[in-house]
Amino acid sequence: MNRTQQLHAWLLLLPALVMLAAFTHTPAVQTLLHSFYDNPMGGKPSGFVGMENFELLLEDEIFWQVLWNNTWYGLVTVPASIALALTMAIWVNGRLEGRAIVRLAYFTPTVLPMIAVANIWLFFYTPEIGLLNNVLGWFGIDGINWLGDPDFALPSLMAMTIWKEAGFFMIFYLAALQGLDRSLYEAAAIENAGRWQVFQRITWPLLMPTTLFIFINALINAFKLVDHLFILTKGGPNNASNLLLYYIYENAFSFFDTAYAATLTTVMLIILALLAWLQFGVLDKGVHYR
Amino acid sequence: MMVLAINTSAVNNQLSLAEKICAWILGFLWLMPLLFAFWAAFHPAEYTTHFDLLAPLTLEHFYSAWEQAPFARYMLNTLIITTIILGCQLVLCTLAGYVLARIPFRGQGLVMALVMMQLMVMPEVLIVENYRTLADLNMIDTWVGVGLPYMASAFGIFLLRQTFAIVPQALDDAARVEGCSRLQVLWKVYVPQAKPVYLAYALVSISYHWNNFLWPLVVTNTEASRPLTVGMAIFGAPESGVDWPMICAGTLIAVSPLLAAFLIFQKQFVQSFMRAGIK
Amino acid sequence: MLRKLPMLGRTVTAALAAISFSASVSAQTELTMYYPVAVGGPLTKIVDNMIEGFEKQNPDIDVNAIYAGNYNDARVKALAALNSGKPAQLSVMFSIDVHELMDQDAIVAFDDLVKTPEEKQWLNSFYPTLMQNGKAKGKTWGIPFQRSTIVMYYNKDAFRAAGLNPEQPPKSWDELVTMGQKLTKRDASGKVQQWGAMIPSTGYPYWMFGALTKQNGEVLMNQDGTQTFFSNPGVVEALSFWEELGSKHEIMPQGTVEWGTLRQNFLEGKTAMMWHSTGNLTTVKKNAKFDFGVAMLPAQKELGSPTGGGNFYVFKNSSPEEKAASLKLIRYMTAPEQAAGWSKATGYMGVSEDAYKTAELYDYIQKFPAAGVARDQLKHATAELSTHQAGRVRKLLDDAIQSVLTGEKEADQALASAQRQADRILKRYR
Repeated sequence: MNRTQQLHAWLLLLPALVMLAAFTHTPAVQTLLHSFYDNPMGGKPSGFVGMENFELLLEDEIFWQVLWNNTWYGLVTVPASIALALTMAIWVNGRLEGRAIVRLAYFTPTVLPMIAVANIWLFFYTPEIGLLNNVLGWFGIDGINWLGDPDFALPSLMAMTIWKEAGFFMIFYLAALQGLDRSLYEAAAIENAGRWQVFQRITWPLLMPTTLFIFINALINAFKLVDHLFILTKGGPNNASNLLLYYIYENAFSFFDTAYAATLTTVMLIILALLAWLQFGVLDKGVHYR
Repeated sequence: MMVLAINTSAVNNQLSLAEKICAWILGFLWLMPLLFAFWAAFHPAEYTTHFDLLAPLTLEHFYSAWEQAPFARYMLNTLIITTIILGCQLVLCTLAGYVLARIPFRGQGLVMALVMMQLMVMPEVLIVENYRTLADLNMIDTWVGVGLPYMASAFGIFLLRQTFAIVPQALDDAARVEGCSRLQVLWKVYVPQAKPVYLAYALVSISYHWNNFLWPLVVTNTEASRPLTVGMAIFGAPESGVDWPMICAGTLIAVSPLLAAFLIFQKQFVQSFMRAGIK
Repeated sequence: MLRKLPMLGRTVTAALAAISFSASVSAQTELTMYYPVAVGGPLTKIVDNMIEGFEKQNPDIDVNAIYAGNYNDARVKALAALNSGKPAQLSVMFSIDVHELMDQDAIVAFDDLVKTPEEKQWLNSFYPTLMQNGKAKGKTWGIPFQRSTIVMYYNKDAFRAAGLNPEQPPKSWDELVTMGQKLTKRDASGKVQQWGAMIPSTGYPYWMFGALTKQNGEVLMNQDGTQTFFSNPGVVEALSFWEELGSKHEIMPQGTVEWGTLRQNFLEGKTAMMWHSTGNLTTVKKNAKFDFGVAMLPAQKELGSPTGGGNFYVFKNSSPEEKAASLKLIRYMTAPEQAAGWSKATGYMGVSEDAYKTAELYDYIQKFPAAGVARDQLKHATAELSTHQAGRVRKLLDDAIQSVLTGEKEADQALASAQRQADRILKRYR
């Protein structure tokens, strides 16, 4: 560890560190600070208000609902996306006629921007003239007001999220599957293992690092993916489908309430920190990285 | 016999007929939005919600979409923004990844932790503060402004660090003996070894930023920097009454470059993922 | 020597050209304005054309009109631009943003901009009802431009099929219900094929609600935007009525009705009546494959609709020349001929009486009486919900409305809670 080497290391790191500091670390700290201040108003600069913003937060019914929605959103979309992605990957990795087309079909959501496709999903969901209700109609089932009914609005958004995510994660599983050691499978064949057994004993454990990687990504996306809200529901009806990041956006850029937006962001940061701790502290120990 | 058949199926990835049918149905479902976009975009408006195989074809929606929104400008903006981001990411992540993989220095653990923080605290979460920063820098509504928060990517740094770490030290030493400087070694030895990783990372980054919406929505104001996604959002905003045929035509215009690229590079895509060891 | 002369001549001409060019540059005033669109049709093209016409008349003014999305986007972008390197000098923004813009100290009053008697007269030339949302603290801050009221579009063919007189649309809440029931068609299994009426409850639910409350003899807020009346009995009654259209009278779907897809529903005959902005008129006219009519909204205690739409605002942070040029532009855009053309192209209202006196609009309404309904209804119109912290207060009411329409809460309970929270927000502005 000589001096020049130290110097080189820091010089080469400098650009990345500066950018990270400017757009990740500093703003994260600023967010925390701002959550203790109120908004500037009519020439009056913002002042320190202590825990006032957090007291408002605790009383804010919408905040609790949004938090609850986001929890559900994560609990459903994360496992569903992973399960589907794995299934899809196994299928297109198998002997399937028209494999290339099916693989392309699964992957299209990744290439399509959520914001544009949301309008197409709006067509699927819209009552009276929408595709989904028309299909239900063929079977004599009454149509559902998918986005206008608080019981269905969030699940409708989840469906679109899963559609988007599963296709993307499939690629990771597919790459992992194709890289698996075939000799293990040949050994399994000799032992007369069935397909399910092979999956359980060989494939699934070997895919564990991939699954963990995807799991973390899916979890983060559960907080990050709100594009479709802008088109489909805007969080409605009555916040039934509102999510934390969208609520932050609303507060900051519709209500100009940056102080409250900072408070909400602080909550988000705390949640993410907890998830990071969960990942590195708990999950990682159970998974063997290659 | 029976048992034998099952066994080979496990090895050869044989699928049952039921599975094949499911795979196809799922594929169809997944393709539905795109299929509908094609349907609505190429048929007269009265057929948008009525499917009739004999419906006449038309290009009018493409004309009116092209007329109503400056797609060419949006596309140029998206292209430039995506390029700026990718270019900076590649340089910054290569340098940082190399240091973290090969140059031991004091504080390495701390730096690694600081980098990994961004995996969790992604720029989307910090839109409010980052917007403030950009306003202070006077960079609202600029291409670079849209790109700034993404230029140092923890994912990229981590990925390249992992890749560089398994490059044989002997290659490094050999280049050193020939008198290469540190940066030359990086350029001549490490970068070529990581080609598939770069490709995979580039594809992920491009498809991410081509489709990114929330941050560009916040920081762009005008056509000077507004990318396709934001342009599409205000072009197809439900407030103005949904005009599906035109939105679908617009969507097809917007996604065609990426879709075409993916169709062409499909194979390389998966392979580079495999070789990159992104698993 | 002789050979050099043409060179010299060229140099001189070039120099002269440079001088004249720089002179024209110095006289050039550049304006940036943001504007929103919230209804269908190629509105950006129409605005661009109007701007082009203005620039032709005023070659010394260069206007950069930026379409910014919906009303919320336009406000955010325009305000954001103020703090950036390329600020806007004027913008079309929501008429109800006035209090918020004043709180931010962003805009100037037109009373302080108009100087000549001619300009002062212009300021008084608009329909007073349209000026309501633009006035605060005794001054005028917004000039009506893309203004609307809510009107009732109805399908005359559906009326005939149901044995109703297509020239007699419902005039009262009771008639709305009875006719709506006749117009609601079900198939053998009881599935609704065509609804009687639809009132949108996403996007701008508070706006539609403003109509119902006005019809029930109530307003939603005071002129200063410091007090809301969400929990007044008449207001609660209005919300209950809206909810009962779905749950009790079954002439409207339950849950929320999407603002964006409603026009499509109407055009496809899925609802016999719809309440929507008059700004959609031209698009409906262009696309309707059936005979349709436009009527004033029905009355309970009285007729009524809120006005809606966007006003012109001038930003404080601009030079006197820019302010003068902005005023010129606004005067051009709201002049009778322009307003008439704009109204014809979109369905938005001609903003002054003179606009309706122009040959263009007069003839148009003679041939197409539906275009005059919004104007006739103006007599019964009231201001749109506009308060300090408008976005937040609006969301309170929107959420309350949606929670009632989706059957989660009772009207009185939802509105009382919204009122309580609105009081808490507005307290400090009183």
